Amino acid sequence: MKFKSVFDVIGPVMIGPSSSHTAGAARIGRVARDLFGRQPEWAKIHLYGSFAETYKGHSTDVAIIGGLLDYDTDDERIKTSFEEAERAGMTFDFIPETGHTEHPNTARVVIGDSQFEMSMMGISIGGGKIEITELNGFPLRLSGNHPAILVVHDDRSGCIANVANCLYRYDINIGHMEVSRRQKGEMALMVIEVDQTVDAVVMDELRQLPNITQVTRIAD
Amino acid sequence: MDVLFRNVKELVERAESENKLISEIMIEQEIMITQRTREEIMAQMERNLTVMEEAVEKGLKGVQSVSGLTGGDAVLLQAYIDKGNTLSGPLMLDAVSKAVATNEVNAAMGTICATPTAGSAGVVPGTLFAVKNQLNPTREQMIRYLFTSGAFGFVVANNASISGAAGGCQAEVGSAAAMAAAAIVEMAGGSPQQSSEAFAITMKNMLGLVCDPVAGLVEVPCVKRNAMGASNAVVAADMALAGVTSRIPTDEVIGAMFEIGQSMPSALKETAKGGLAATPTGKWLESKIFGGSVVGSGR
Repeated sequence: MKFKSVFDVIGPVMIGPSSSHTAGAARIGRVARDLFGRQPEWAKIHLYGSFAETYKGHSTDVAIIGGLLDYDTDDERIKTSFEEAERAGMTFDFIPETGHTEHPNTARVVIGDSQFEMSMMGISIGGGKIEITELNGFPLRLSGNHPAILVVHDDRSGCIANVANCLYRYDINIGHMEVSRRQKGEMALMVIEVDQTVDAVVMDELRQLPNITQVTRIAD
Repeated sequence: MDVLFRNVKELVERAESENKLISEIMIEQEIMITQRTREEIMAQMERNLTVMEEAVEKGLKGVQSVSGLTGGDAVLLQAYIDKGNTLSGPLMLDAVSKAVATNEVNAAMGTICATPTAGSAGVVPGTLFAVKNQLNPTREQMIRYLFTSGAFGFVVANNASISGAAGGCQAEVGSAAAMAAAAIVEMAGGSPQQSSEAFAITMKNMLGLVCDPVAGLVEVPCVKRNAMGASNAVVAADMALAGVTSRIPTDEVIGAMFEIGQSMPSALKETAKGGLAATPTGKWLESKIFGGSVVGSGR
């Protein structure tokens, strides 16, 4: 079941005009920003399917930039996000693509600064609900049935054990886990589906672990 | 994931066997899944209700979208109702005007609560604030209206779709109208089964509705489709309360909606390439708003 909460259906509270193309788009931008861990200096956003055809009308572009500025779906500043981005020193480009994707509302968000670059693929599945399907070329296979956390880390021994240990201490059970890396010793990613809610205290503790770059909650 | 209901049949059976309202089953499931307290969940829904109230009030004062395509119709409708000579009746037109008000605010990039989506956000609050004047519900009953709507929406979202890009307008305004019809029935004192019948009757009359927004904007025809979705919901609720039933079971109607959405061409699923968006005037409006050539669909 992709929609778990009644508030996925009655909600979100948001700035119009479209839950999938505005609120969902803002959420895709915000998850990307969250994964990146700070304000990116530049963004290239590739839009596919219905996103590519109607992004101007739905303010999808404005909303994704709002998300990259860390605005929630009901933040009034979404309306002026282009100006806010300029003030924040972030440049951006939107590239409508003609290629076919599995889901009609797909965006690939490529963001970066002088030190780091990140690519994330997100889909907006209706009513403001989103899924992240790819991160830095790693396909993410999240069932969407459980809360999930993404851990970006350096490919070093002990990282996975430390994270699993920390979750164990808080009595959080791991239901499904995937680990992948680009190349030996480089950036790696853990995708962990759990049975319990991972609260802020646990998230902070995970962030303190050695060789962990970024920790983000995906589904809640 | 353990849930209390996966389809409308299970929802209704559980409500009737436990002698509970559908809204109560939804609240209990929400407590179970999110492990939050009843108070937290009720408080969050009340915040959504407040957002809906504020959006209706704002729309009834008159708003205008940036494109200029929509705005002001809620004001016209209220003025017409005030003359006291309506053909479809004051409650019906009140629901219509408040649905329009919400969607006009949405089109103007105002703050709304998606129910189940932003493009269809007018139907549930529009009907709620209209039937409220006749049924005089408590604040809690108004919050419950949203949980009842949500219970049915939850089934549609998981078993079919609430996305115009995936299933056409039938998945958005169609779902919203059917959700509202079910909630009206509960507020009016009807049984869970009658809520289900009202849902099915509404949805059957929304099947096949395409998503063809002019210039890709959530304005034309979205605002007026919310108006008609609201009226459809009120009529279907009355039919169900009168004892009329659907020959096709509700879950099969939802299944049909999904199948129709799957076979709908992508030109009619929120790509602004077909239907009203592709009419000469639709294309002319698009070029007027976004500039560029009228010939061809590219921007």
